[in-house]
Amino acid sequence: MDLGKDLVAASATPLVLAILAEGESYGYAIIKRVSELSGGHLLWTDGMLYPVLHRLERNGLVAATWGLAENGRRRRYYRLTPEGRRQLVAERKRWQVVDDTLHRVWMKTSLA
Amino acid sequence: MSVPSARPLEEQIGQWRGYLRRRRAIGGPDVEELESHLRDQMTVLTDAGLAEDEAFLVAVKRMGSLDALSREFAREHSERLWKQLVVGGDGDAAPATITRTETAVVFALAAAAAVAVKIPALFGLDIGTASAEPFYQRNASLFVLPFLMGYFAWKRHLDGRRLISLLLAFAAAAIVMNTFPFTPGSDTRTLGAIHLPIALWLAVGVAYAGGRWFGDGGRMDFVRFSGELSIYYVLIAMGGLVFTAFTMMMFTAIGMTPDWLAEDWIVPCGAAGALLVGSWLVEAKQSVVENMAPVLTHLFTPLFTMLLLVFLATMAWTGRPIDIQRNVLIGFDLLLVLVVGLVLYAASARDPQAPPNLFDRLQLLLIVSALAVDGLALAAIASRISEFGLTPNRVAALGENLILLINLAWSAWLYAEFVLGRGQFRALETWQTAYLPVYSTWAALVVVLFPPLFGYA
Repeated sequence: MDLGKDLVAASATPLVLAILAEGESYGYAIIKRVSELSGGHLLWTDGMLYPVLHRLERNGLVAATWGLAENGRRRRYYRLTPEGRRQLVAERKRWQVVDDTLHRVWMKTSLA
Repeated sequence: MSVPSARPLEEQIGQWRGYLRRRRAIGGPDVEELESHLRDQMTVLTDAGLAEDEAFLVAVKRMGSLDALSREFAREHSERLWKQLVVGGDGDAAPATITRTETAVVFALAAAAAVAVKIPALFGLDIGTASAEPFYQRNASLFVLPFLMGYFAWKRHLDGRRLISLLLAFAAAAIVMNTFPFTPGSDTRTLGAIHLPIALWLAVGVAYAGGRWFGDGGRMDFVRFSGELSIYYVLIAMGGLVFTAFTMMMFTAIGMTPDWLAEDWIVPCGAAGALLVGSWLVEAKQSVVENMAPVLTHLFTPLFTMLLLVFLATMAWTGRPIDIQRNVLIGFDLLLVLVVGLVLYAASARDPQAPPNLFDRLQLLLIVSALAVDGLALAAIASRISEFGLTPNRVAALGENLILLINLAWSAWLYAEFVLGRGQFRALETWQTAYLPVYSTWAALVVVLFPPLFGYA
């Protein structure tokens, strides 16, 4: 399913924050998790995740550290900051409003 | 196996890494991070049964095209290629190229500025004569800055509404400077002439930033531009000095007195045109002499820190108070300006993500010692301010001192938080850029309010 550029971009922040709320993670694992969670419907171009992570880092929502992967290569790990956790709560409320609204209107109209 | 595998895998990855490195928006650690991702992806694919080279192709494909990737990185890390950013459009990070049209426009504008300086001569206001001096002093910035603003308005395709409000600002400045009934030798007129360029520089900045003044790093880019421009301007001025010296020497050699040529034509017209040519050079030669201002900052921050500390130590050791002379406040104002400049340019070149380093601690020390020195000077002045009386010059100097003091005090706080690991460097950068309009607003107040307040004296 093609979700469109804008929807993918808009959902990137809450998704990344929510996944990091599950625990510290790194780029590849985050992409994999998104794909799992969406049942393969939400496909990101892998490279695009990193500018998003860097923006979140600049805004203090996530913190990053270099660590070692199992294969001995250097890898950058990201985790949620307290500020990021607050942001996630706010994001969640916002998306809940959108979701509720859409849900209500869809209950009344039938597209099928 | 039908897939041709001419080159070993590592070589292919190396080549891919090389392509990434060539993109200015993608930094060294980013390349490493992306490569680590690529290898993770490849491991999973080969575990699923793909051959290594197939896995490589799929992983590269999933990473996205280099152009798209580099554009996304450029959006997030505009400081890495600030000058290449084409402002406007959909953020396409195409390298800025200086077209022939632009060169023509710039030289036409520079010539226009040079001619503008001489136009008043047609009305009997010859530059260099004593009677015309007040006129030129009042209007100096109005001869050049509108052209500079015009250049950026043209280059950034400024929308009509914004352009009109900027032009109105210039018109208002011209009216204020030329209709106020200043008394002869008026201090408020001199103050106005000094503060007007500071106020109008904001208008130039708004034009420079195009639509990005209220976000997206537009202001920081303008700070970078201002720093580079001042360096280019000094260089051009030095060249102009040599040019003038040769003009004088050669014509004197054949028994003529070319003073008028130098004083009335070469120096004023050159000074006006050089600002436009300098701005164009900053725009055009971006990668040639990139970011000189931060280099100078790194050179002089340790020196000034040392000077301030030695000064404080000497004062403490000898117990000598600051001798309050007439211009001492202005001197200390300039000291604060310098420190703010050092902080600003260090911030402009810093990677906001990097952890605090030794230089950040040095900057903090510089700010704190400057605050201490200024505090001592202010204390000395405060005790005698009633004795001196509140002249316009003193009120202006005091106001500026206060504005800079507030900036530095809060900067010190933010720096301390950052060095202690409790804050983001971004906060300092945001504070500095948010503060920029304060300088211009104060300068505008000095230009507009001081003359009536002090009876145009």
